Amino acid sequence: MFVKNNDSSWPKYCCIIITLLFLAVFLVLPLVVVFEEAFRGGIAVYLAAITEPDARAAVVLTLLAAVVAVPLNAVFGIAAAWVLTKFEFRGKSLLLTLIDLPFAVPPVIAGFLFILCLGTSGVLGPWLDAADIRIIFAVPGIIIATLFITFPFVARELIPLMQEQGVEEEQAARSLGASGFKTFWHVTLPNIKWALLYGIILCNARAMGEFGAVSVVSGHIRGVTNTMPLQIEILYNEYNFPAAFAVASLLALLALVTLAVKSALEWKLRRERLLSSFEDGIIGEQPSHEY
Amino acid sequence: MRLQHRQRHFMPGFGISLGYTVFYLSLLVLIPMSVLGLKAFSLDGKVYLDILRDPRTLAAFKLTFGAAFAGAGINLVFGFIVAWTLVRHPFPGRRMVDALVDLPFALPTAVSGIALTTLFARTGLIGRVLEPLGIQIAFAPAGVIVALTFIGLPFIVRTLQPALEDLDPEYEEASLSLGASRLRTFLTVIFPSLRPALLSGFALAFARALGEYGSVVFISGNMPMRTEIVSLLIMGKLEQFDYDGATALAVMTLLLSFMILLLLNLLQWRLGRRTQQGG
Repeated sequence: MFVKNNDSSWPKYCCIIITLLFLAVFLVLPLVVVFEEAFRGGIAVYLAAITEPDARAAVVLTLLAAVVAVPLNAVFGIAAAWVLTKFEFRGKSLLLTLIDLPFAVPPVIAGFLFILCLGTSGVLGPWLDAADIRIIFAVPGIIIATLFITFPFVARELIPLMQEQGVEEEQAARSLGASGFKTFWHVTLPNIKWALLYGIILCNARAMGEFGAVSVVSGHIRGVTNTMPLQIEILYNEYNFPAAFAVASLLALLALVTLAVKSALEWKLRRERLLSSFEDGIIGEQPSHEY
Repeated sequence: MRLQHRQRHFMPGFGISLGYTVFYLSLLVLIPMSVLGLKAFSLDGKVYLDILRDPRTLAAFKLTFGAAFAGAGINLVFGFIVAWTLVRHPFPGRRMVDALVDLPFALPTAVSGIALTTLFARTGLIGRVLEPLGIQIAFAPAGVIVALTFIGLPFIVRTLQPALEDLDPEYEEASLSLGASRLRTFLTVIFPSLRPALLSGFALAFARALGEYGSVVFISGNMPMRTEIVSLLIMGKLEQFDYDGATALAVMTLLLSFMILLLLNLLQWRLGRRTQQGG
């Protein structure tokens, strides 16, 4: 304890200073730059840049991609977490690995996968052409690429939590006569709701911000297949920096909201986990009295 | 009721959840990946040879893997300091700083790309300081490393934090009070128990950096042979509708990165076993 008080205060301050400097340069400054550049030309220029038709179309497409991709991946995440945590079966660890696979695939390659499958010269190309369905270089392609990139997010958050929670509560509900759906709705869902929301928030942030995969399948048609990140790229490459940063500032705002909701949820989750481990502690002690 | 108790799957919904999981996974991930695999096998060997002989390929692979390695390495050092500070040295505003660590994860890569470029370019806030010193970051290989460091930071900090929380300060205090120097305490007491977490954080940051595209394309300047990453090379092939070349590059990238990740996992598994046996 003496060690702590006198001579060990300098490493402490060194650590804090290095941390704050490093994070200031790498995290705070880029964020400041986004807003500074966005408002450099004044509010009027800013407002014009984000209400211009192409920018508005990009916002709508980005929202559309997220609105489709996030719920689909959330439903998948719940199903996958349910089967992986409530049951024992052969091939379980393989399934777990495969769910993580999209994390290890570079986004550009992910986009390319769907060109190979659904593009004009792809596997389903002739068939899609005959049916006059366009997926690649059109809106559906953007949604599919977004689905792939955000695929594991919800499952990833749910699996560890549901593993920890076990099956006792569900089994109790079942033995009391609840139906399968009722058990899920009244027992499981309330237990996982914050983790589910957490996964959805992360999934949404990635869905709205994805660049590489979407860029490959988009074809960059202005006002039609440009999402916000792609619109930023076009504006930036045209040296229209104020407009590029204006659109970027909207996404930066989304990132800040995501971080705020995320840390609020983390706090809630931690408290809930503490509470449940406390309850487990009490219940866990009882059997020892019986024997 | 009693019969149900004895059933193997007393929990409901096994069939439907497994079926849906496998169906959705196949549709979105497995089938597209297999299509790439099949295409890779059907390619003429000449396509691969052409790609391998192209000096641009080698330069891009060197830069991508090298910069990913360097970025993850820088994060190993600074990420450790950040995680250590956040866990061990409470200071005012720590909760906010802690939340901010996830920014690279939440901020779309195109946004971080243009922000970092503006910051590190010759006229930028940081570039202006480094330029007279002869250090060029934006539009140079160093810019790629900066972007990948930015992207990888949360992965290392978030894997280290729980490991550091589990680390009991009593061991360090014991080591210090027995007369060991601070460096020795760090190397023999703290470092060994953090090795698995450091390794898995490194692997996560490295994997993410290998595929990173959005933040890199802006800051790198995309000069062939000098600042061109593999993802950009693939993008170039796609723009020329050279799907054979893109397939060859994609498969080579995937194989190489899977191999490295497998290696890191094996290393971690062995380390984990050794720590367990030791403990």
